Amino acid sequence: MSSAIVDDKERLSRRDFIGLASLGAVVLSSLSLLAGIFRMTRANVHYEEATKFKIGKIDNFPAGTVRKLDGRGVFIFASDEGIHAISSVCTHLGCIVSKTETGFQCPCHGSRYNESGKVIAGPAPRSLAWLEISQDVDGSLVVDAAKDVPAGTKYKFYA
Amino acid sequence: MNEISRQGIDKFIDNAKNIIDTFTGSFLRSGKPTSDRSRAAVMFNNFFLHVQGVKTHMNTLRPSYTLGMGLAAFFLFVIACVSGVLLMIYYNPSIENAYNTVKDLTYVVFAGKLARNIHKWAGEAMIIFVFLHMARVFYTGSYKSGREFNWVIGIVLLAVTFVVNLSGYILPWDQLSYWALVITSNIMQSPKELTDSLGITQYFDIGGFQKELFLGGLTPGKESLTRVYLFHIMLLPLVLLIFIAVHFWRIRKDGGLTKPEAFQPQESDAQLFSTPDKKGGIFTTNKTYGLMELAGGRTPAVDKDVENTVLSWPNLLLAEAAVLFVCLAAVVVYSFFIDAPLKELANPLIPENPAKAPWYFLGLQELLSYSAFMGGVGLPTLALLGLALIPYLDREQDNVGIWFSSKMGKSVALQSFFTGIVVLIGLLAAAIRFGWLRNWLPNIPQLIITIVNPGSIWVAFVIGWSLFVIKKTGSTRMGAIALFTMFLMSYIVLTYVGTELRGPNWGFYWSRSQWPSH
Repeated sequence: MSSAIVDDKERLSRRDFIGLASLGAVVLSSLSLLAGIFRMTRANVHYEEATKFKIGKIDNFPAGTVRKLDGRGVFIFASDEGIHAISSVCTHLGCIVSKTETGFQCPCHGSRYNESGKVIAGPAPRSLAWLEISQDVDGSLVVDAAKDVPAGTKYKFYA
Repeated sequence: MNEISRQGIDKFIDNAKNIIDTFTGSFLRSGKPTSDRSRAAVMFNNFFLHVQGVKTHMNTLRPSYTLGMGLAAFFLFVIACVSGVLLMIYYNPSIENAYNTVKDLTYVVFAGKLARNIHKWAGEAMIIFVFLHMARVFYTGSYKSGREFNWVIGIVLLAVTFVVNLSGYILPWDQLSYWALVITSNIMQSPKELTDSLGITQYFDIGGFQKELFLGGLTPGKESLTRVYLFHIMLLPLVLLIFIAVHFWRIRKDGGLTKPEAFQPQESDAQLFSTPDKKGGIFTTNKTYGLMELAGGRTPAVDKDVENTVLSWPNLLLAEAAVLFVCLAAVVVYSFFIDAPLKELANPLIPENPAKAPWYFLGLQELLSYSAFMGGVGLPTLALLGLALIPYLDREQDNVGIWFSSKMGKSVALQSFFTGIVVLIGLLAAAIRFGWLRNWLPNIPQLIITIVNPGSIWVAFVIGWSLFVIKKTGSTRMGAIALFTMFLMSYIVLTYVGTELRGPNWGFYWSRSQWPSH
């Protein structure tokens, strides 16, 4: 577009104004059409399994237990300070890590994590995620694999 | 060493600074259209635009000449393609999922209902506008003077438009789709009526062959849906695109749209194009070259543009943009308010009664009710063949580019229209009121009914009437006008009868409220 659209000496003529305005209207409506098309490609409904799942009542997790839920890709730890969930999905390429004396170890490429899930060795770029736990109305605990919480977050629930 | 490296770096920095200009300059090579030369260059340098001429005749731009029908049909095709691609994001062509994905599109997907409505209404409007365009081309005699083959290509496009619409109708796999598929497969089988009555089906079962080819089996099922999906999203659009491309190419090669020989520019024509403002404006002129053109004729033309043509940029493109926006607006507004129908999931155990084809095939279905072969194969083939042969049976070259050719043409059209309506409605009324041959002669051979039924009698009458007009006026053009007018009228009347006046068991009912409730 020429930069000499509006000169101080020459005002924009009516014809040019209308021309520019219609061009602008066409451009704007094309952009909003494009935006609408892109929005349409984002599904409103996911037909997959939900990311939240129940793990049982708090009584099932006495202090000092560690449980690995393989099908869900999560470790559940119960202690005196509360219950917390650490994702068992390695942040490198998605293999399931195993529990070791000092933390976690990934069998695929050797990434190692400490007990809090912090990455200490190997190609993994990030620490293991700590996941949100909430309590449902019937007292069951619900882990949300899609919600990360800061490392060290422990939850206290009551039966 | 320092000098050389300084030069090099300066060059590089200069190039980087000018990147925007050099990049746009590399694909907009004609520069801003500020002179006639650059306006011409824009048209012939551009891949998409150069199928159109650099200059357009004024007659082409007159809305009352073409009414933009051909362009409308094309733009509706484009709109249907774009909306169709969007629907493909969510549609799944398996009989377990098809219906649910269409419901998802309607109720869950963002703008899904709008996209589906736009797709359906643009597709069906395309049929209407293809007919209107064909009528415009016919009545202005634009199938003559070298444009005969383009007319034939147009007839092919007409047929493919029908099939692409029908194949789309089948995809939602609801009750409407399923029973339309059943009817269509039985139409595919209609040659069987003829081979049966001749006793040759066991040797020569074209009907069965066609039906099996179409259905992918012996009954409508998942193979049929896969095949119909293939036709609808790939094969037929590809065929349409190729034929449309040839159709446009031929327009150019045949010398653009037709125009009356005695064309004279009028006052009102000045509104249709602009002579570019050679001074001032956003795009400043830098006219250093003029435009030279080759023109026909021998007399000098003073103060007139060459042969009553104007530059295509911007005049033709603005006219086309206007048609595009009107089409788009009409389709979107219509789709906003009127929903595409969706009935319950397809149920092979519960036939719709009446099981009706989509509206554009209901005229044919009415003819089918008299004879499967004649209605499904015989008469449609005859109609398409008849249409295709018009430019070869009428080779008079006068009055091209004039609606109805002449006063006589107008009166022939009117007379044919009214005579036709009376005869057609009379035939239909007689058949509805009194029944047909089998009512009085129960053992009459099927072959006689195939040959003597309201549909075939009507077509015979149309042919006879056209020949009568040819004799009376001594002109094949008048005969063609009579034939075409009757064809168009009968398509509309038969479609109306099939849509509004046929109820359960294809019985005659004056209105839907009289249908017996099931």
